[in-house]
Amino acid sequence: MALQIVHACVNCCACVEVCPNEAIYADTPHFLIDEAKCTECLGEYADPQCAAICPIECAIVNELGDPINPPGSLTGIPLEKLIELGLYKAAA
Amino acid sequence: MELPVISNTPPTPLTTSGGGCSSSGCGTAPDALGHLPDHIRAKVQDHPCYSEEAHHYFARMHVAVAPACNIQCNYCNRKYDCANESRPGVVSELLSPDQAIKKVLAVAAKIPQMTVLGIAGPGDPLANPTRTFETFRQLAERAPDIKLCVSTNGLNLPKYADEIAKYNIDHVTITINCIDPEIGARIYPWIFWENRRIRGVAGARILIEQQQKGLEMLTARGILVKVNSVLIPGVNDRHLKEVSRVVKARGAFLHNVMPLIAEAEHGTYYGLMGQASPSAEQLQELQDDCSGDMAMMRHCRQCRADAVGLLGEDRGAEFTMDKIDQLSLDDIDYAAAMVRRKEVHDAIIDQLDQQRETRRAMPPPLSGDSRNPENLSPAWRTVLMAVAGKNGVVGEHFGHAREFLIYEASPSGVRFVSHRKTGLYCSGTESCGEGDEASASSLVGEPESVLDKTIATLTGCEVVLCSKIGYEPWGKLEASGIQPNGEHAMEPIEDAVLAVYKEMGSAGKLAEKPVGQASSRKAA
Repeated sequence: MALQIVHACVNCCACVEVCPNEAIYADTPHFLIDEAKCTECLGEYADPQCAAICPIECAIVNELGDPINPPGSLTGIPLEKLIELGLYKAAA
Repeated sequence: MELPVISNTPPTPLTTSGGGCSSSGCGTAPDALGHLPDHIRAKVQDHPCYSEEAHHYFARMHVAVAPACNIQCNYCNRKYDCANESRPGVVSELLSPDQAIKKVLAVAAKIPQMTVLGIAGPGDPLANPTRTFETFRQLAERAPDIKLCVSTNGLNLPKYADEIAKYNIDHVTITINCIDPEIGARIYPWIFWENRRIRGVAGARILIEQQQKGLEMLTARGILVKVNSVLIPGVNDRHLKEVSRVVKARGAFLHNVMPLIAEAEHGTYYGLMGQASPSAEQLQELQDDCSGDMAMMRHCRQCRADAVGLLGEDRGAEFTMDKIDQLSLDDIDYAAAMVRRKEVHDAIIDQLDQQRETRRAMPPPLSGDSRNPENLSPAWRTVLMAVAGKNGVVGEHFGHAREFLIYEASPSGVRFVSHRKTGLYCSGTESCGEGDEASASSLVGEPESVLDKTIATLTGCEVVLCSKIGYEPWGKLEASGIQPNGEHAMEPIEDAVLAVYKEMGSAGKLAEKPVGQASSRKAA
């Protein structure tokens, strides 16, 4: 089990600083998580640390590919507003 | 790139190059810091971000070594980076500490007026302690003549106050937008604290506690603290006066209230949700309100986290990473540069001292009733005037002015109150990536003309002084109740404002409320 960083990542390094397993490394075009090292912080912290500090919605996903921080969850911008502005397309 | 071994600029420290606002015009209120004890004045006299006088002569630079952040602010979007943008939180390239050192030494050698190195982001420097303190450590060692400062949201400040003191960082800026957690919850959606993302009022409460504690710890260690606040209409506008009072009581020496920047194309919460930015008038009113409690800073230009140069200019493009990477530290003869830097700094300080002496020797242009050579009637009302200034005189063409200096004339004298920008923050969406979609939907319809926008920024002013002005803007200004005046071209700003004020008084225009259009002068 491991989390994954995907294309939305802006390379801000915040997750690298807080990962207790040193599982996160710089790569191009964005940071990646070493799945052999990632424990999803189980047993150590209540929340996976990378996802708890990440400022970008949808940048970190679980094994199923679902974002830990879905659209609107960090900025507080309502989904309808994001859809109206064309910044989010609801899954078909 | 020219290798900046030592500066090849001629030894003319007093010529402020190009951008920014040159000279006394830009709000030189020399005694704005007059209440400070001498040892603090000595510390800030060559700091462009703290001393209004200094910012005409001394330059600063920021190195973007701190990308991570530990809070979210509703006026910030971490996805955004645009080369056309000039505002906090925005950078074009991140630097490693080693790259930052090279860049700082190269800039300091090439621009001897550069006195201050700040780390201001693009995230929070104290959320990147390793990179931030490694940069400070190396700089303290290699460039002991550069002042170091850091800007922070304050969340980690208590944790690092001792480390800040250790590296001889003598200036810290804390952004404090509120002291009430309920208000904070409307500004900060979450913070990262003790391994949790904490939302809403609970998060804001922790942030506020840490900021206030950090402020006290720094002042207890003799470190100068400036407080930045972002004025957010309807959120903290009524609250900032209290903030000003509290931070002063805790030892902050300067308060800088900045206007919210919230454009939809920036993709921030406030931008997308239609939160209004304050008008120039609102900002000024609040700054005046707070100034009873403490020294207010009015010359801030809200620069980027990788800005280089005098305030209001950005020479960052001369020192991009590909150019810096070609440099070796051995190419920079910093010992030689330091000698030259000292000469330049001393010359500037001497000149500032002389200017101060001259001012002291001269009778104040306007003073109480007993010494009122100007015949100003105490019954006259206060008038705001906008000045297109250059080098301390009314020297700029109306249409070329990138900012106007706002002066207040009243029976007690002429004083600078603020600067108002005319230019757009961002000139296009092509290179703005993330902003495209948002701006496309928000910019439907006829765009306001640049002239209309400029006139809107002059709201509240009754007169605009400039060296020249075209026919079209003349007419539009008059129609908006602002009298253009090109008759004082090249005169010192304060003298020109006073002269116009007296003309208005003699013509009986100061007895009552403004009357829209006034004189019948012709366009130059």
